[in-house]
Amino acid sequence: MNKTTILYLVLFIAALAAPFIGYPIFLMTCLCFALFACAFNLLIGFTGLLSFGHAMFFGFAAYVCAHAAKVWGWTPELAILFGTGCTAVIGFFVGWLAVRRQGIYFAMVTLALSQMVFFFCVQAPFTYAEDGIQSIPRGKFLGLLDLANDTVMYFFVLAIFIAGFWLIHRIIHSPFGQVLKSIRENEPRALSLGYDVDRYKLMAFVLSAALAGLAGATKSLALGIATLTDVGWQMSGEVVLMTLLGGMGTILGPVVGASAIITMQNYLSGLGSWVTVIMGATFVVCVLLFRRGIVGEIEHRLGKSASK
Amino acid sequence: MTEIFGVPIQAFMGQLTIGLVNGAFYAMLSLGLAVIFGMLNIVNFAHGALYMVGAMVSWMLLKYAGINYWFALILAPIVVGLLGAIIERTMLRWLYQLDHLYGLLLTFGLALIIEGLFREAYGSSGAPYDAPDIFRGVFDLGFMFLPKYRAWVVLASAVVCLATWFVIEKTRLGAYLRAGTENPKLVQAFGINVPLLVTLTYAFGVGLAGLAGVLAAPIYQVSALMGSNIIIVVFAVVVIGGMGSIMGSILTGLALGIIEGLTKVFYPEASSTVVFIIMAIVLLIRPAGLFGREK
Repeated sequence: MNKTTILYLVLFIAALAAPFIGYPIFLMTCLCFALFACAFNLLIGFTGLLSFGHAMFFGFAAYVCAHAAKVWGWTPELAILFGTGCTAVIGFFVGWLAVRRQGIYFAMVTLALSQMVFFFCVQAPFTYAEDGIQSIPRGKFLGLLDLANDTVMYFFVLAIFIAGFWLIHRIIHSPFGQVLKSIRENEPRALSLGYDVDRYKLMAFVLSAALAGLAGATKSLALGIATLTDVGWQMSGEVVLMTLLGGMGTILGPVVGASAIITMQNYLSGLGSWVTVIMGATFVVCVLLFRRGIVGEIEHRLGKSASK
Repeated sequence: MTEIFGVPIQAFMGQLTIGLVNGAFYAMLSLGLAVIFGMLNIVNFAHGALYMVGAMVSWMLLKYAGINYWFALILAPIVVGLLGAIIERTMLRWLYQLDHLYGLLLTFGLALIIEGLFREAYGSSGAPYDAPDIFRGVFDLGFMFLPKYRAWVVLASAVVCLATWFVIEKTRLGAYLRAGTENPKLVQAFGINVPLLVTLTYAFGVGLAGLAGVLAAPIYQVSALMGSNIIIVVFAVVVIGGMGSIMGSILTGLALGIIEGLTKVFYPEASSTVVFIIMAIVLLIRPAGLFGREK
């Protein structure tokens, strides 16, 4: 066994033990946002595309899943799959428009389109505007396993997280992932080697959107609410910060970053607007001094000592 | 009552005026973004927040120091410009060698800080700011009533936009600026202080946002959140117009404001999304933007 496998095993055992030590709701929130950040990282870290509108997938999937579970009475796995599917479709159209522009324009286009989804959610009747969808039933997994218990729900969320994380891991290490990385490193060269760059970008975008949707849908069941906060531009900024803080382009970075930000918000929630200020300051510090992020910095240090 | 396309002409002209006023703000903000982007290659996410600072400063000047609108019109943009110069000197300067995305992320962080601080101090509900007495009342144009203050805003921003265009396209200083955009190293070799030019450009760009904020203060409520609502629309405007051309960003801003206003008359449900829909259409037809050049 190499070091990476051991690390994953330790993390897995820790995740299994966590709900008996920590507070399951908090842990579930961490897992959902970690998956969201991992999905986002697939774009920024491995394809080099900065989407500033990922909240539209996260938040919209939360609404769709909540509606399916509460109003239509679907089982949780169907509701989540439906939410994920819907965001994959939206992701296709958004990506199809956005890949026409590069760099910062890409960021602005995704931001503008996510604002459009936000206004749609404000106006559409099924989202209940300011109130949001509340007390969403968790239901029974496959009609058998009752998820109302927080610990059971935690393991359900953990299973989804591991599945999503594994999928991202597979994508990154596949030939497809190698092409994405080559686009990140040098787009003209990838193009000249005969890769249809726009198609690869679009596929990466749809995958990332669907996984962000998966995270959002799971979150709405775990916490029982879907609100406008999930779909607003602040949320898009938050996921950027999580990934930046943890380390863009590292596999575990987004998980670390998401846990750190969620923990911070949890402990500082009494401080009101200071949370926004602290998050802004974290952005500034990360960009100016700490561009590798937490995990990126650790990897860099370890790599240095290994090569000595 | 006279009607136009089945809508009373009063309502139609009223929304047209509101659209024109919004368009004037979009034009000033996207102009500032374009000037900054041209020189610094940075998309200034803090633009909306600094627009809010402009409005807030003029409100604070009146409340705490009793300084009236006319002085605020000069002082607030200077305050915002100085703030911009400090931001450029201490932070943005270190990012020019890096990917443009870092500039966007840094200014996003700054926007959060500025907005959070003002929200902490003054809450998120707005405060009214009264225009000077001279702007009370309306002009009676026969077919409609034009509020005097709105007329002033459109006029003032048109003058500012045209003056900016003139300075950049027709004067020696503008020529340095355009040359610096094309090839900063060469311009520096000719003995022009390019880093200073860059600082001044950023200060000027955000100063324009501050000025727009002062102009906007009597129309909208002065609140900590006024900037974040407008910046995303302005980003869409910039995508539609393309940031390559000064005149292009002015015209696109005005046109989109008017289109938004008219949508409020004919199909109110779409008024908040129409700009984004137009952006999507423009991306399909002319990905580089209406006035943009493919790079």
